[in-house]
Amino acid sequence: MVAALIAFICIFCSVFAGWVAPTNPFDLAQLELSDARLPPAWLEGGTGKYLLGTDDQGRDILSALIYGARISLVVGLASVIVSVAVGVSLGLLAGFRGGWLDTVLMRLCDVMLSFPAILVALLIAGVGRALLPNAHEGLAFGVLIISISLTGWVQYARTVRGTTLVERHKEYVQAARVTGVAPMRIMLRHVLPNVMGPVMVLATIQVATAIITEATLSFLGVGVPPTSPSLGTLIRVGNDYLFSGEWWITIFPGLMLVLIALSVNLLGDWLRDALNPRLR
Amino acid sequence: MRTLTLRLSLTALAVLSAWSAQAVTLRVANQGDALSMDPHSLNESLQLSVVNNVYEPLVTRGRDYKLTPALATSWKQTAPTVWRFELRKGVAFHDGTPFSADDVIFSYERAAGDGSDMKGYVGQIKEIKKINDHAIEFVTKTPFPILPELFTGWMMMSKKWSEANQAVKPVDRRKGIENAASFRANGTGPFRLRERQPGVRTTFSRNGNYWGKIEGNVDEVVFTPIGNDSTRIAALLSGEVDVMDPIPVQDVERVKSNPNLKVMQGPELRVIFLGMDQKRDELLFSNVKGKNPFKDARVRKAFYQAIDIETIKSRVMRGAAVPIAQMFPSQVRGYAPDLAQRLPYDVEAAKKLLAEAGYPSGFELKMNCPNDRYVNDAEICQAVAANLAKIGVKINLEAETKGTYFPKILRRDTSFYMLGWTSSTVDAHNVMYPILSTPGEGGRGMFNLGAYSNARVDEITTAVGSETDDKKRNTLIREAIKIHQDEVGHIPLHQQALLWGMKKNIELVQWPDNIMPWKYISAK
Repeated sequence: MVAALIAFICIFCSVFAGWVAPTNPFDLAQLELSDARLPPAWLEGGTGKYLLGTDDQGRDILSALIYGARISLVVGLASVIVSVAVGVSLGLLAGFRGGWLDTVLMRLCDVMLSFPAILVALLIAGVGRALLPNAHEGLAFGVLIISISLTGWVQYARTVRGTTLVERHKEYVQAARVTGVAPMRIMLRHVLPNVMGPVMVLATIQVATAIITEATLSFLGVGVPPTSPSLGTLIRVGNDYLFSGEWWITIFPGLMLVLIALSVNLLGDWLRDALNPRLR
Repeated sequence: MRTLTLRLSLTALAVLSAWSAQAVTLRVANQGDALSMDPHSLNESLQLSVVNNVYEPLVTRGRDYKLTPALATSWKQTAPTVWRFELRKGVAFHDGTPFSADDVIFSYERAAGDGSDMKGYVGQIKEIKKINDHAIEFVTKTPFPILPELFTGWMMMSKKWSEANQAVKPVDRRKGIENAASFRANGTGPFRLRERQPGVRTTFSRNGNYWGKIEGNVDEVVFTPIGNDSTRIAALLSGEVDVMDPIPVQDVERVKSNPNLKVMQGPELRVIFLGMDQKRDELLFSNVKGKNPFKDARVRKAFYQAIDIETIKSRVMRGAAVPIAQMFPSQVRGYAPDLAQRLPYDVEAAKKLLAEAGYPSGFELKMNCPNDRYVNDAEICQAVAANLAKIGVKINLEAETKGTYFPKILRRDTSFYMLGWTSSTVDAHNVMYPILSTPGEGGRGMFNLGAYSNARVDEITTAVGSETDDKKRNTLIREAIKIHQDEVGHIPLHQQALLWGMKKNIELVQWPDNIMPWKYISAK
């Protein structure tokens, strides 16, 4: 319940960031450099104008958190949607058709799994940037989403393949086949709905992973552009100021990231229990 | 038992101290790496700072930054355009080959030829004549009184070694050309290159056969690039490195308060400025099509006046910078004290200028910026982008590492960029010639990446090169500064401060051009 509440607040704030946030941290015209590195309001030197203080460019941390969370959630959700689409279709195909296609796809999965996900994402993001040197900001997000989702699809493919292998020998599939239903139709109308349960659970948990991957990439400097910082970018910027005592630039985005990832994860757990008929 | 332990530990201590007396290793960290070991490939301070310890010029600077003989023992002007340099005898390159006049001629051809970034240092030479193995004569295009100063940036390479290693042409990062001189080195300097791992670590060892006296006691130098500010400061605090440059401005107090460390702060000759493409008819990276807004001086002036340099100084630089109105600081010969006033920071005036030029609602533009070259470079660019947003100019900031940044802007693949410049001769001519002049032959305008062009400034630059009368010379320079200021050829930002952090026991010489001569470093 708490998790749902926090997740709801996060999502609500992100969706309506424009109304909730005190300032728009991405609008460079609103930044006041003379307000840079102010501490949170309750510390000496802080002002009520910036509740959680400001970063090195005079950005309101609270607003940056809200907008940053929006970027994290959008990138997280979008990349999970893309990887579900890719993973489920490939898994379904592999499980249903079997044979050489299955072998090829599953070996591909093994190869993908043998590399750390972050390394693959770094590689794709790096190559993507090199290929699109004059990319618009929007494209940078596209590259980021694709690079995260291309590393995430494997788990779906494996899960779906496994369930499909079980399902395709069940009687209703046999019955459909006997009555002359086209294989494509069997796959999509009969098997797919029955394998989606585990996928939904996996996807919810993967949203948290995708958010963390995004933050990691931005932390490493290959994520979103510096003028529209996500949580990872904020943590990186704040990292430079840890030794000089301006801890709030990095601590608050870090806490926010933990909070989002945790609540999404708990939500996933709850969903797993709710979708599992044996636990009801 | 106890005595045995004591004795053992004493022995160990003795062995240790004997060992440390034998080999003094100095670990140096910088925010970036030298991009190659080739002394003619990139005219950038850090690269020069590292390579300067391996290769040597004919004339160098001493402890006090005054000119001193290096590979030339003496020089004199035999006619207004003719100089005779006597070369040092008994000097050998690290591979044992003796240094002679042929190497000087070879180094001239290499530095003046294709792919060299050092054309400006030898661009005044019309002819080079070998008198004998240890004397050489230079004929300059025009009388050029500061030729010895100019030569401090021109390094000597071995002809034999370069030919044997297919390194006759310089490494050219702009075109992605690398050769043996990138990774190996054969100079005459006090240190020899031992191992090079680009971007990771470069090791140097003391040259036992050095022709001069090495005043310091360092036997081995390990140079490590550490890009992240907090990692670099952590390395110094934990004792992992002995010397590091630069200290992030936010951490100066912390280093000062540490009893084992000290900070060496000094004015740097470098001026950080912004350049604008004034040549192309349409900017490469802007939403204004069919014309180039930077061709209009009012737009350039609007940009200038929109930048709140004082706040950048206090907030981004924490006071470790001096806002400046000219392209070179007061320490440089030719500085005009009466032109020290910057255009005032005035957002309304800037908006008005922009409207007059036909952009009442601003425009969109990409800005290129390094993120590991100058002190807080990317932060300054972000602050400038925020400043410009207030007059309606939307900046798409591209901040990147210098390994990709410099090749890109040196190809002039930019509309709006940041650069820092140090006059290596400590003379105005070394700024006017490469930065203010119209790009042309012999390194002229080589770093004028936005191709600012004014015929009178070009004329003055040529005249200043050969003018010997100080008063006349200063009047001419002042005129060029005034023209450049009025037209806002570039936007000067500030003179940055040198901030080196080191252990208490290190004694070293800090040159104002940010070059660190290792031969003067002692660890006590």
